[in-house]
Amino acid sequence: MKIRLMHRAQQFDVQQAPPSHAAALTQDLELDTLLNAMAGRDRFLKRVARQVLLLGLDDADAIRYRQEILRDCLNNPSVVRDLYRIATESAEHRSRRWMGIYSRYPSVMLKSSLGMLQTLVRQLAKLRVIADRHGGAFESDGFTTFFDTVREELDDEFFARAREHLRELRFRDGVLVSVELGVGNKGTHHVLRQANDAKRGWLRRFLGRLRPTHTIRIHHRDEAGARVLSQLTDAGVASVANALAQSADHIEECLKTLRTELAFYVGCLTLYERLSQLGAPVAFPQPVPRGERSHHAVGLYDLALTLTLRQRVVGNDLAADGKDLMIITGANQGGKSTFLRSIGLAQLMMQAGTFVPAESFRANICVGLYTHYRREEDATMESGKLDEELGRMSAIADRIMPDALVLLNESFAATNEREGSEIARQIIRALLERRVKVFFVTHLYQFAHDLHSNRVAATAFLRAERRSNGTRTFKIYEGEPLQTSYGKDLYSEVFGSEQ
Amino acid sequence: MTFESVLFIDPEDRAAAETAEMPDFFGDLNLDQVIEDILAQKREYDLAPYFYAPLHDGDTIRYRQEVMRDLEDDALLQGLKTFAERMHAARGHARLAANLDYRHHRHGWYLEAIVVYTEAVTHLVRDLARADLRSRALLEFRNTVTDYASSDGFMSLYTETKKLKADLSSIRYCLLIRDNGITVRRYDGEIDYSAEVERTFARFRRDAAENQLSTTFSVAGMSDVEEEILTVVAKMYPSVFRALSDFCERHVDYLNETLNVFDREIQFYISYLEYIAKLRRAGLPFCYPRVSDESKTVYAYGGFDLALAAKRVPDGAEVVLNDFRLDGQERILVVSGPNQGGKTTFARMFGQLHYLARLGCLVPAREAQLYLYDSIFVQFEREERIQNLRGRLQDDLIRVHDILSQATPDSIVLLNEIFTSTTQQDAALLSKEIMQSIAQLDLLCVWVTFIEELASASAKTVSMVSTMRPDNPTFRTYRIVRKSADGLAYAMSIARKHRLTYELLKDRIGR
Repeated sequence: MKIRLMHRAQQFDVQQAPPSHAAALTQDLELDTLLNAMAGRDRFLKRVARQVLLLGLDDADAIRYRQEILRDCLNNPSVVRDLYRIATESAEHRSRRWMGIYSRYPSVMLKSSLGMLQTLVRQLAKLRVIADRHGGAFESDGFTTFFDTVREELDDEFFARAREHLRELRFRDGVLVSVELGVGNKGTHHVLRQANDAKRGWLRRFLGRLRPTHTIRIHHRDEAGARVLSQLTDAGVASVANALAQSADHIEECLKTLRTELAFYVGCLTLYERLSQLGAPVAFPQPVPRGERSHHAVGLYDLALTLTLRQRVVGNDLAADGKDLMIITGANQGGKSTFLRSIGLAQLMMQAGTFVPAESFRANICVGLYTHYRREEDATMESGKLDEELGRMSAIADRIMPDALVLLNESFAATNEREGSEIARQIIRALLERRVKVFFVTHLYQFAHDLHSNRVAATAFLRAERRSNGTRTFKIYEGEPLQTSYGKDLYSEVFGSEQ
Repeated sequence: MTFESVLFIDPEDRAAAETAEMPDFFGDLNLDQVIEDILAQKREYDLAPYFYAPLHDGDTIRYRQEVMRDLEDDALLQGLKTFAERMHAARGHARLAANLDYRHHRHGWYLEAIVVYTEAVTHLVRDLARADLRSRALLEFRNTVTDYASSDGFMSLYTETKKLKADLSSIRYCLLIRDNGITVRRYDGEIDYSAEVERTFARFRRDAAENQLSTTFSVAGMSDVEEEILTVVAKMYPSVFRALSDFCERHVDYLNETLNVFDREIQFYISYLEYIAKLRRAGLPFCYPRVSDESKTVYAYGGFDLALAAKRVPDGAEVVLNDFRLDGQERILVVSGPNQGGKTTFARMFGQLHYLARLGCLVPAREAQLYLYDSIFVQFEREERIQNLRGRLQDDLIRVHDILSQATPDSIVLLNEIFTSTTQQDAALLSKEIMQSIAQLDLLCVWVTFIEELASASAKTVSMVSTMRPDNPTFRTYRIVRKSADGLAYAMSIARKHRLTYELLKDRIGR
């Protein structure tokens, strides 16, 4: 049974290895704050959501496929949560009662598989009921296909057959097994057989029609003999026990798949409701093909800060279509890092197929998002620090592809400004020539100023606002790099206003 | 039949090798660990003597190198491994059969042994025919074994075995197990009920090709009830079982001796190739060295210590490659520099390369030319032995003296931190004396020492130094280089180290 709610043509692989820079992304973008808001105490959901965010889509059509499904979810929240609950219940059931399945003894395994299947078939019946009652209210390609599948695969005949098997496999008339001669003439390939005419006294037919037969009696005190008897029975039912256990596994797997495919949307539902309560707006973003360059936002705000402060925070506008390098300068504590994080989160969320924290947002799709933030730890030796920082940059270079997006936050500052600027110049030049898009928060004024003087068209210069009285608005505007930010002017400005 | 051995040209070498013992220096060069690891999986073949007996002539070395080169064809190597597995299994089956009492069971296992043996032979012939062989040894072996496989004796063994096995395998019977009885009779086309169940639930399957758990039960031995069932089955199919017992009586002796010897000897190559396979997968280079007994120009590029690599690779740790070259009149590598910088490893590598070359094996280096020495002498610092009443310095001197009196101009000497238990001045004086003798004997030598002036003590010496990372003098590189100074602009040199300069970085992205 195919469930395709995350991708049009395949199911979501939650086991997929996250990109090797996932830890840095998680830390730099405060991803856990977002994930906790989505998942609450549901650790499974959190794990899936993390994977979905880290393994974003790079195709606009695939993104819109999820956006439509998410719209359906926002319109039918309780039905979606019911589906998720059905899928979740069976997983919990497993952890309580499933242990017997992997028994070494096929007859034990058979018994416990039968019990398990009975429960699972009940869960499937519930799914069918939801499909019949509520399927019509869903409009997205993903959900209509899903409900069609449920109605087709879980038809009445399936339920009838399944219940019949569950009844017959109690073996009231003994076990019929076919055997072949294997290595050393020992019996092998034991296969459980259904007699040719199961309905009409097959036992009599078996005994009567085909001679010669020979019956070996085991004396009731012959323990060794009894052991062999049960071994043979086990060999006979092994394949069917196996088939049953696997069937149970497959259904389980199927329900787990459903749970996986729904988890992210349920998380989005929860997040949507939280943000609505705070009066914070969200918008479905408009993905632009990866070859183009676009970044346009109205009221883009930082989700991590919003969720932490539990209130609406300042949003920023950005008009950077056609730009591939954004240099962000300006005073400390002016909201540069927050802005950079909102850029990163919006990109991840867009490519995960969900809404973004903004009034409107569009950006080109990127192939991989990388963050390179200055780390404060390990301040033992200056040399070690630059080394460490460039080591991380090099790890990014190992993976990065054209059309990637890189967020640099005060990178290359672990040496003097002249050297740092030179390193930055070379790295940025190489990145841009390989069509990597860059947001760079920096205090390297020499570097930023040189860029500005060269008037490169595809570069945008942004600056954190700082009013002349020293107060910060946490707003980011277009503006050239300030050369004198740490110079005398600023010093006297600050001290002057205090006197 | 002219074919003798895939390991030796001269039958006398072969006989002598059987009694070879582990050379003295094995422990110092950690070759004992290497060979032990190689042998560990192959106990039944008793390969140790072959690894303890280095070859004396270039021709036999090339004879082996040719075979090993042929075996680098993965399809052929896989074929030979399968051959070995089959021979192993056939021996096991025959041994098992010998211990069984119940007739039908014993005959079954004996038939199995011959089935596997004939498969081993026919597949071997096929695999050899497909291979693009170049080695003298395998070409000749191929002729021999191909003749055997097309002989009348083998052909009839083969067809008879196949027919019997097919006849037995086609027998299928049914058991009805109910209450305390088992009813036996022929199978009458009843449907597979498991498949029926699977079909019902198949729609939940993610991919159709999922395989089932194995349902094999205990392999050998039969209970009374099983014997009773088989007796009934044998009565149902009397002619097949008669043919089987007749067959077993006629083929008591089926094993070909040439194949038996080959089965053991080829393991020398297979075991070595298996051992280095995991290192090669980790990207470490191996090569066939040129081995000369004339030129003392020796070199290796990208060489490494095999024992160390075998320890580090499974942990994912880096293995540092080193180069050396002795040209013209250069004979002696004097290795100095910071401690634990890989100097001893370097000396071991030099010794291992030469020893392995004489076994006719691939050696751990990208490219190498090595000397066909007569003996290796090793003087590594050992723990002081209490029962030895001589002082340590005296002990060192005696051992070095022994070495120098036994060494010929064709020998290799490896010295590691000798004369440490005296003053620096004394040590330098003594060392220079020894150096002179070594130079006079024209020995190839690696000398690890803290006495830097030794590096320029003779026209035959070459100075090598273990190095530190230029950007961070607390990190060792484990690289041993001909000493040279380097000076780079500081920050940019770190950027260069991380390959983050404009040109380097541009080159890395998107490829």
